[in-house]
Amino acid sequence: MEPWLTGRYGNPSGSHAIAREARQAVDEARDVVAALLGCDPGEVVFTSGGTEADNLAVSGVAGAARRRGAPADVVCSAVEHHAVLHSVEAQGGRVVPVDAGGRVDLGALADAVGPGTALVSVMLANNEVGTLQDLAAVAAVIAERSPGAVLHTDAVQATAWLDLVVHAAPTHLVSIAAHKFGGPQGVGALVVRRGVALEPLLRGGGQERDRRSGTHNVAGIVGMAAALAAVADDRDAAVAAVAARRDRLVAGVRAASDGVTETAAGVPRLPNIAHLRVAGTESEALLVLLDDEGVCASAGSACASGALEPSHVLSAMGVAGDEARSALRLSLGRTTTDEDVDRAITVIAGAVQRLRAPVGAHR
Amino acid sequence: MLADEGHEVVAVTMKLWGGVQDSGCCSVGDVEDARRVAQQLGIAHHVFNFTDEFEGHVVAPYVAAHAAGRTPNPCIDCNRYLKFDRLMARAEQLGFDALATGHHARICNGRLLRGADRAKDQSYVLYRLTTPQLRRVMFPVGALTKSEVRRRAAALGLRTAAKPDSQETCFITASGGREQFLGARIPLHPGRVVAVDGSPLGAVPAVELVTVGQRRGLGGGAQSRRYALAVDVPGGTVTVGTLDELSCTGVAVEDVTWVAGAAPSGEVSLSVQLSAHGRPLPARWCNGTVEFERPQRRPAPGQAVVLYDGDAVVGGGTAG
Repeated sequence: MEPWLTGRYGNPSGSHAIAREARQAVDEARDVVAALLGCDPGEVVFTSGGTEADNLAVSGVAGAARRRGAPADVVCSAVEHHAVLHSVEAQGGRVVPVDAGGRVDLGALADAVGPGTALVSVMLANNEVGTLQDLAAVAAVIAERSPGAVLHTDAVQATAWLDLVVHAAPTHLVSIAAHKFGGPQGVGALVVRRGVALEPLLRGGGQERDRRSGTHNVAGIVGMAAALAAVADDRDAAVAAVAARRDRLVAGVRAASDGVTETAAGVPRLPNIAHLRVAGTESEALLVLLDDEGVCASAGSACASGALEPSHVLSAMGVAGDEARSALRLSLGRTTTDEDVDRAITVIAGAVQRLRAPVGAHR
Repeated sequence: MLADEGHEVVAVTMKLWGGVQDSGCCSVGDVEDARRVAQQLGIAHHVFNFTDEFEGHVVAPYVAAHAAGRTPNPCIDCNRYLKFDRLMARAEQLGFDALATGHHARICNGRLLRGADRAKDQSYVLYRLTTPQLRRVMFPVGALTKSEVRRRAAALGLRTAAKPDSQETCFITASGGREQFLGARIPLHPGRVVAVDGSPLGAVPAVELVTVGQRRGLGGGAQSRRYALAVDVPGGTVTVGTLDELSCTGVAVEDVTWVAGAAPSGEVSLSVQLSAHGRPLPARWCNGTVEFERPQRRPAPGQAVVLYDGDAVVGGGTAG
């Protein structure tokens, strides 16, 4: 990335030598990304990240449908990232429930999808609990109920762990975000397969074949392509190793403390997410204690003020009240070591014990 | 100030309210200010979401009090149930020895005293605190005047040095007011305004919004000033009368708590304060009743009656 931030800072849309250099870097990155996502280079639209890609998919497809006078109904699952959920809500779309494991209810989906449906958005893997969706089954429902509708998937959380050439094959649009697979923040892409009409969100110089105007983030795009190639390189081995560490982490935390429930334990899911509910504790307090000990965890999504909000994902899965407030999400990476797992188990056990002690016990 | 004294300090913002507000303590802009100040001071900053508790312990009682024609005390309830209960328990769980807030009040030898800046004194809204709590509470700015606090903030380059003081009830907007807020939550009923003898004198648009002692909005000309003497929400009636008729020599106090834990024995002389920045009134406390030295305007039912011994808060409760 560094050359593109320092000496070689040409604008890829220009025509002189430095610009051509930058253009070539973007084109080469596009080829790499396309190959790893299973699409043609011309089907890749670079964006500022996953949120923009999701917004562009939902609003872009609905906008294009309206422009040609067609119905523009949009549908998504209840566990989508807010980038999709709020976009669908802004279009007046429908939200389909999920089961206790977080998988979209295909019967309810069939009821929600009809001839007026322009787009269905179902994420490949959930960012809070890791549940994987069966996109082939979703695509089959769409084909039966509304053959003209397109399927979008937010694959932001899945990219590092699943081969999108295979897993995103049933879809028409795919969102990714570089920082979720070791690339820089602030860059992502939307795959828009040939034949999908898309209204741009950003108008201007007509970059990205008029689908996303704005000067390219050259360094970010180059970095994203390199990161994507790197994760694809050792994916199978990494998935097996990370899943084993994750399972050991969960087993260790559960062995150390009673009342720890693993969310979405019985369904296909990502290898790197351990989502737990720790009875008798509150996420906010638990996170502060873990942070003090250098264990960076989360519990759900934060609102603009930085406060934890009740998780819409858990709520959709039927987990509510104190149980939802006791959520702890631990994410592992490729660089997480066995020692990290051991330390996390010890720190979490200590924090849980502390929080379960009656008030006054620490005085 | 605490860090200078050698304490290990962490900053916390309580997110209490998700609805519309002008400014209080938990709008996005206010939390950003808090975060930037913490960054400037080099201390960690956490945001705790206590919106459910705030709704249950502050907003719901506020609404219920209006619906019953009583005066609510949201700031006192927030201190009682949120800051010095929920947040304090959280702080203790996390291993902190003390909770410091920016209230203008002082703590000296286990006693709760007025803030050094009389114009900003907040001891009235803290009267529910008790000695065991005071041992784990600090009010660092209570010994300073507000202008001194601002001067020190400016010297540290804090971006909040000239931020306007917080005002009024934090969850009520200036544009919508109480009427809009309550109107969205409970039905507001038009009421009849009657004299003490029951003769009709006029009407008010919402009996729930009238407070005992109120003069504005009750009709009547300039020659005969009318004050609300009683508010009967179920009966839809506001009884009005003269200032003389509003005056009383004493008031029964309910739901009393004492800073030291126990009531003073026998009859004691003390001073009584009936509003956040009201004048201290000389009085005697006798078996759950305050006897004023001179007749006073009757406190509204529900209004906080706070008892002082000089500068020290002794206890308090709500007017019956």
